[in-house]
Amino acid sequence: MTEPLLQLRNLRVTFPGPRGPVQVVHGVSFDLGRERLGIVGESGSGKSLTGRSLLRLLKHPAKVETDRLIFDGIDLNALSEKQMRNIRGARISMVMQDPKFSLNPVMTIGTQIAEALRVHENLPRTEVKTRVRAMLDQVRIDDPDRVMKLYPHEVSGGMGQRVMIAMMLIPQPDVLIADEPTSALDVSVQAQVLDLIDTMIVGNGMALILISHDLELVARYCDRVLVMHRGRVVEELEAGQLHAATHPYTKGLLAAVPRMDETRKVLPVMDRDMEYDQ
Amino acid sequence: MTPALSIDHLFVRYGRTDVVKDVSFSAKPGESYALVGESGSGKSTILRSVVGMVRDWRGKIEVDGMPRQGRIDLAFARHCQMIFQDPYASLHPRRTVDATLLEPLKVHGIRDRAERVVQMMQDVGLDPRFRFRFPHQLSGGQRQRVAIARALMLEPRLLLLDEPTSALDVSVQAEILNLLVRIREERNLTYVLVTHSLPVVSFLCDRLGVLRHGRLVEEAGVSALRTGTFAEPYSQELYDASLGAGDRDLAALQEATRGMGM
Repeated sequence: MTEPLLQLRNLRVTFPGPRGPVQVVHGVSFDLGRERLGIVGESGSGKSLTGRSLLRLLKHPAKVETDRLIFDGIDLNALSEKQMRNIRGARISMVMQDPKFSLNPVMTIGTQIAEALRVHENLPRTEVKTRVRAMLDQVRIDDPDRVMKLYPHEVSGGMGQRVMIAMMLIPQPDVLIADEPTSALDVSVQAQVLDLIDTMIVGNGMALILISHDLELVARYCDRVLVMHRGRVVEELEAGQLHAATHPYTKGLLAAVPRMDETRKVLPVMDRDMEYDQ
Repeated sequence: MTPALSIDHLFVRYGRTDVVKDVSFSAKPGESYALVGESGSGKSTILRSVVGMVRDWRGKIEVDGMPRQGRIDLAFARHCQMIFQDPYASLHPRRTVDATLLEPLKVHGIRDRAERVVQMMQDVGLDPRFRFRFPHQLSGGQRQRVAIARALMLEPRLLLLDEPTSALDVSVQAEILNLLVRIREERNLTYVLVTHSLPVVSFLCDRLGVLRHGRLVEEAGVSALRTGTFAEPYSQELYDASLGAGDRDLAALQEATRGMGM
């Protein structure tokens, strides 16, 4: 059997609280091949912390422990901060929620994307420029030469997110972690951005971890879905099998979404204090 | 019957650009009307001009037959209230729930304040033990309940809702939507709702207007959402983009059965 690209075993994240440490992620484990994995949960379920822990982005005072975190045969836990920096961006990269906050406002788009490439590779200037132009072309920006000279505030949200994706994909990573990549965008643009991520992932044979609160959206773009609740994975589903969900939390989550052809008078509501067994 | 809210040839201008262009619609008393569209389509601006948060507008706005002009007054505030998108931003961070809910009563010189506050908290499903808490001690859903309670303190007839659930988790969204349906029935309110989520419209509203680039391109009954048939290509596009995975399967199935002449 082939080794999975990424192996995570028993991830635990703890924050200090006024009444002693609070554990927010309770032992999350999964394997990731070259596939599209979705992580779904509500606020506070630990889905974003899981995504960030993979890149070892959580800093003091958060305490992150794993039994095993192996990426492509490399033990990420054993790496120094400097070695980790060579993995981030180049091998595993991350697209955040809002392009408004994650792009540098005082750098032009062209310079920012070029920087992402130059940090990881030593290339002549003309080569860098060609690669940036080709990348912008790939994320379907019509006029790359004009857009390269623009600042982030001069582009729309959807274009900003495409620029982010270009920046994350230009070093040709193996894994892309997308944390709510479309929550700040309009519905019509959402589909475009996700279709784009999807084409890029499949086209380049990469792996995707899509983190979102929207179960149906994740199911549409992923092969496999993990449902998280209160720091635990409560259910794992094949994307096409959403209706076959057995866990009460997943079912509750699905039922609570109003549908387009809504005829129910009252939406079912979940019991917030309910503790689910493993 | 006098419409609860009637907007006639409304133009709103920010600086030199018109962001709302020639919009006319009306909502009947007891009706729930939705304005949908993407960001920048001017949907929130229309609500803001009704409550006087935007000054530079032309056209005619009538609330219950009374034309809106100049500054808003106390009588208007008693008749019409607004609920905002982000409960984190719309509540004063250094005022307790009690102080927030008391304020409209003080301004309007209404008596029996303490009883009214406790009663209202119960009506919106807030435990009275939260009465002396600050907003940061409440969850997002609880804060939105406080915002709804504050809007209802003066017993208005018309409620303007600007994306009331888009900052909330799906399970919390369901609770707040249920609450909005219940209080509309109990108090016979008129809603004008602004949202980008068509399923929310389907659950909460009777009619909708589709806005694009500041113009009202189409008005339709909520049944259009069930059948998925819009007259305007833009509305249809918006509808198709908002379909969930389950809905899509259903739509494809309906399409197939229709093709088979069933």
